[in-house]
Amino acid sequence: MLKINDISKTFNPGTVNEKTALSHLSLSVSDGDFISIIGSNGAGKSTLFNAVAGSFLTDEGSIILDNEDITLVPEHVRARSIGRLFQDPQKGTAPDMSIEENLALAAGGGGWLSRLTKKEKSVLRERVAVLGMGLEDRMSAPVGLLSGGQRQALALLMATINPPKLLLLDEHTAALDPDTSAKVSELTDDIVSQNNLTCLMITHNMHSALLQGNRTLMMENGNIIFDISGAEREKMSVDDLLDMFRNRSGHSLDNDRMLLADN
Amino acid sequence: MSNMLPLFQTALELGLISSLTVLALFLSYSMLNVCDLSTDGCFTLGAAVGAVVAISGHPYMSIIAAMLAGVLSGLITAVLQTCMGVDSLLAGIIMNTALYSVNIGIMGGSSLLNMNKTDTVFTKIQATLNSHNALPAGKLIVAGIAVAAVAVFLYLFLKTKIGLAIRATGNNPDMVKNSSINPVMTTIVGLCVSNSFTALSGCLLAQSQKSVNIDIGSGMVTVALASLLIGGTFIRSRRIGLRITGAVLGAFIFRLVYTVALRLNMPAYMLKLVSSVIVIIAISGPYLKSRYPELSRRLEKRKC
Repeated sequence: MLKINDISKTFNPGTVNEKTALSHLSLSVSDGDFISIIGSNGAGKSTLFNAVAGSFLTDEGSIILDNEDITLVPEHVRARSIGRLFQDPQKGTAPDMSIEENLALAAGGGGWLSRLTKKEKSVLRERVAVLGMGLEDRMSAPVGLLSGGQRQALALLMATINPPKLLLLDEHTAALDPDTSAKVSELTDDIVSQNNLTCLMITHNMHSALLQGNRTLMMENGNIIFDISGAEREKMSVDDLLDMFRNRSGHSLDNDRMLLADN
Repeated sequence: MSNMLPLFQTALELGLISSLTVLALFLSYSMLNVCDLSTDGCFTLGAAVGAVVAISGHPYMSIIAAMLAGVLSGLITAVLQTCMGVDSLLAGIIMNTALYSVNIGIMGGSSLLNMNKTDTVFTKIQATLNSHNALPAGKLIVAGIAVAAVAVFLYLFLKTKIGLAIRATGNNPDMVKNSSINPVMTTIVGLCVSNSFTALSGCLLAQSQKSVNIDIGSGMVTVALASLLIGGTFIRSRRIGLRITGAVLGAFIFRLVYTVALRLNMPAYMLKLVSSVIVIIAISGPYLKSRYPELSRRLEKRKC
């Protein structure tokens, strides 16, 4: 499905701010995998997502998605097969445009000069109703008026309205209050399982890293330090996870939010 | 009062013609979030190309030629800022400077072209009207048709997929990329369309006053921005149709106030100072208002 072969990325090379964000990282993801990724601050989790989504080109290595080499494919072209959600709910939607207009852009289809038909509008309305937030009655309201949770749910719908080959979730519930966060998590699980999406999710919640999905990765210094799945993962507790981190990295975990999170 | 009527008519004509530039800025500044400083040069480009084609005996073709010249100018400005790493404001300034030479070149090396004996769209339409004994309002009709056509086009255009993509580019470029749309493409299309309106505006102004000089477009970006912001204060709506109407209304109000000020003996050269002040007030007004609580607390503390 997704094969990452030995990618590296160094920012500001040759300066005092030089930072190796990814270092010879390889990863193989199977069809239908739902992988949770955890790691310290600055471990390279978001950088990995940026590399896969094409926000920058990697210095070396290659990225293969569904047997197609996408290493040099521009970001907006990759977006056709990769859906993406950010921690900041504002990033995924255009605030001055209506719910309907945002969705219409994400859904694409039709020619550049085509306008939204009645039929398309009713289809979009049905899709929004599935979120169960009452947004279907506010289709022409500007997205800027919605709450963070509503915006993130809408962004989730936009990212998956044409089911992508790969869905990247970068702590997409972290900026929401606990109730909304749970609701958006639930929606995510529903949408992922209904469309049988392959999904990578960064989280700071170690509990959900072990519970959600079928595989857990931990990153440190721009590489993957462990990758567990199946029976080994099932019997693992949060404490085991912390021990494992200490053993592999030689120091204890320093992600504040991760340790403070309600595990 | 009787001598105010022709004045009012002139204000309406000039308001309508300049509202085309205001609509151009509505697209580039309000929708695409690009402050297109090539507006002045592009306005003159439209005027020059339109005049040269009209003088060569093709009054109707002059409109199409001017708009195509505007598209080309917009294309270069857009490519500079999206594909060649030139800052957006700088791209406009550079284009403006370059267009000065280009415009004089188009006008055959002269900085002034006279169209007193030339058939323009205005004289053509007026001649048709005269043969039907209609009102001597040819200029108003031509300008009115042009504005109505551009406004309706813009309204429909902004509702199409490309129009939505252009609006989203100004609003949240990240979201555009995530929706598999190339923001480079939307910026290029948006600036091509907006500059065609600016050039049309210049072409019509030159033909209505029967002359072009190289300074015809100078300060146009500020004047149009002032009109746009005035319109925005009168019509506060998020609906595209109303905002377009507001832009046209703003251009007319601006011209009307200017005309009245001239009647009250304000010297004509004050136009640009007044428009600059309007733009400053309209942009910094809301900013200062939001800072007011903080400033007033500081002042109070100083008094104690």
